[in-house]
Amino acid sequence: MTGLTYGGIYALVALGYTLVYGVLKLINFAHSEVFMLGTFGAIGVWGVLGFNDATATPSLLMFAVLMLAGTVGAMVASGGTALALEYIAYRPLRRKRAPRLVFLITAIGCSLALLEGMGVVTDHDTYKAPTLIDPYPILHLNFGPLGTVDVDDVSVGIIIFALLMLAVLDVFINRSRTGAGVRAVAQDADTAALMGINKNRIFALTFLLGGIAAGLAAALYDVYIGNTINDVGFILGIKAFTAAVLGGIGNLRGALVGGFLLGLVEQWAGALFGNAWLDVVAFIILVVVLMFKPTGLLGESLGRAKA
Amino acid sequence: MKFTDRLRHIDNRRVEGLSGMRRRWRALPTAVRWLTLLAVVVVFYSLPILNEYFVFPINYISTDIVPNGTDFDTALVATAIFVLVAVGLNVVIGLAGMLDLGYIGFFAVGAYTVALFGSAQSDLYIKLPHAVVPYRWVMLVLIGIALAMMSGVILGVPTLRLRGDYLAIVTLGFGEIIRLIAVNSTFTNGQQGIDGVPNPPGHFNGEPLFGVVDSRPMYWLCLTIVIICIFGVRRLENSRVGRAWLAVREDEDAAGIMGVAAFKFKIWAFAIGAAVGGLSGALYASRGEGYVNSDGFPLQLSILFVAMVVLGGQGNTAGVILGAVVITYLPERLREIKDERFMWFGVALVIIMIFRPQGLLPSRRRAAEMADMKAEAKEVSVSG
Repeated sequence: MTGLTYGGIYALVALGYTLVYGVLKLINFAHSEVFMLGTFGAIGVWGVLGFNDATATPSLLMFAVLMLAGTVGAMVASGGTALALEYIAYRPLRRKRAPRLVFLITAIGCSLALLEGMGVVTDHDTYKAPTLIDPYPILHLNFGPLGTVDVDDVSVGIIIFALLMLAVLDVFINRSRTGAGVRAVAQDADTAALMGINKNRIFALTFLLGGIAAGLAAALYDVYIGNTINDVGFILGIKAFTAAVLGGIGNLRGALVGGFLLGLVEQWAGALFGNAWLDVVAFIILVVVLMFKPTGLLGESLGRAKA
Repeated sequence: MKFTDRLRHIDNRRVEGLSGMRRRWRALPTAVRWLTLLAVVVVFYSLPILNEYFVFPINYISTDIVPNGTDFDTALVATAIFVLVAVGLNVVIGLAGMLDLGYIGFFAVGAYTVALFGSAQSDLYIKLPHAVVPYRWVMLVLIGIALAMMSGVILGVPTLRLRGDYLAIVTLGFGEIIRLIAVNSTFTNGQQGIDGVPNPPGHFNGEPLFGVVDSRPMYWLCLTIVIICIFGVRRLENSRVGRAWLAVREDEDAAGIMGVAAFKFKIWAFAIGAAVGGLSGALYASRGEGYVNSDGFPLQLSILFVAMVVLGGQGNTAGVILGAVVITYLPERLREIKDERFMWFGVALVIIMIFRPQGLLPSRRRAAEMADMKAEAKEVSVSG
């Protein structure tokens, strides 16, 4: 269950990598920092509303309101950061037709600057989120020899949110007019531009959508884990990227499958080798996937055959 | 004129001046060039001695004037080691055009090899049968280089066949795996680390030559190794291998069609880079007090390594040396920026990439490539 819950968060962050990669063929290394700023955004909003880790758990109605406010706050922070990255860093490079290495290094630089900038602002302290809801067990499954699984409402909520976000994005990309534009740009940006699509607007939109998904993930992460720190994004970012590659980078549904799969495998490996080795698993999976099936489980496709 | 335009104008003038200087330098007779280089090398060797007399300009540069600052000789050793790192990473990034974000992994492999096989404290050393080996330290360093090179090949073979972007993230993962192993394994002793890593051998007046007391011999040793490596890399750069790297960097498909075994040369670049990384790690472990722990290899450092190469000018030896010195030495001298250095170097990376992707001291060839690209972009924007 823990695996699935983490999987939901990985999947949401992986959406950002997949979208940007699918459209721009660029690994947005700074996406992990987009997520990190989202976690701070949500905590900031809650702080402004007068909730911190000292206040008591609010009522259910209040929780819904706070959750909404926090999610919006995180989405604004994450989406804003992602957009800012696109406008400040990537667009000038695209205009110069810079080689890919230059894009990658810029992304790394952005990541480092945001990560450490936030570290300077927060003094590298851990920030605690208010307890908005106490996990309430709703199911207790017994699989006999395979062990038991406890299901609580927070985990279920996270999984549902992840599925919902994916469904919304999937419909948006596959059904709407703008979504058709995104797919067209992913196939061939220059031809799409000749067909009258504003490709820069599509690029910005891609970053924004990825940022919003990361923002949702960030708010859920705050509720589930309960604290954040300036380097929270780093490991999570690599895992989300692994999830994206696992499912087939550039493929929205693949990100979801990859996320949940990675979460499960990781927890299972953690139980087997001890939690200290949990983080190593993701990297090993990444290398193995790249060795044997670099296109991932569901194949690379955004605006290609599948979509 | 806008402020940024004016800045760019000034910077263009600076680069023009540089290339003018380079042209004049090339026009000088070979003997004069060699003598000048020799003089520069002598100055570098005599830095610790100059520091003792505290003459101009050392009295402004030295870290000894910083309150609670690092001892100047120790700072020099660190700088020399990181210059070596930059020279090695430059082979991978600057010459072969592959982004390696996990260079710290090879550095750590080198450092831990010397520590694990050499320190009387490590489990491995106690359990393994050990005979008295002549030139023990040299053997240890060689093993470190070999292991780093091997890990480079193991990592490179599956990933180098793929697109370049994947290499970046896989190497990033590799660096982190090595760090996690160092933190979590019992034999590496995690944060407590390993003490008593052997120093280079040698005695002078009955005292060990390389030790805690005096860092100067270590500096001279590191500097010598740096110079040897620079010469080696330069020879490679101007050889058939170097031209193959250039071709692969420019256009891998075209190079392949022209008969360059792209994959082979990429693996070679990766392995050579890893070997130099392992060497610098081995030196890092055996300097001064001879102590290694898992805190010494954070991933941010790995990204700083990339920053060294990119900031100074990829592919240009003088440039990457400058980059390494700026990134290692400057925070020691200007203590105020030490905590924030990662952030500032991150910002610097972005600014450099947007405005001057060829770096502060661009290599002639790289600058030409980038100018070419710019012209192409202009053509496209005019026609389209």
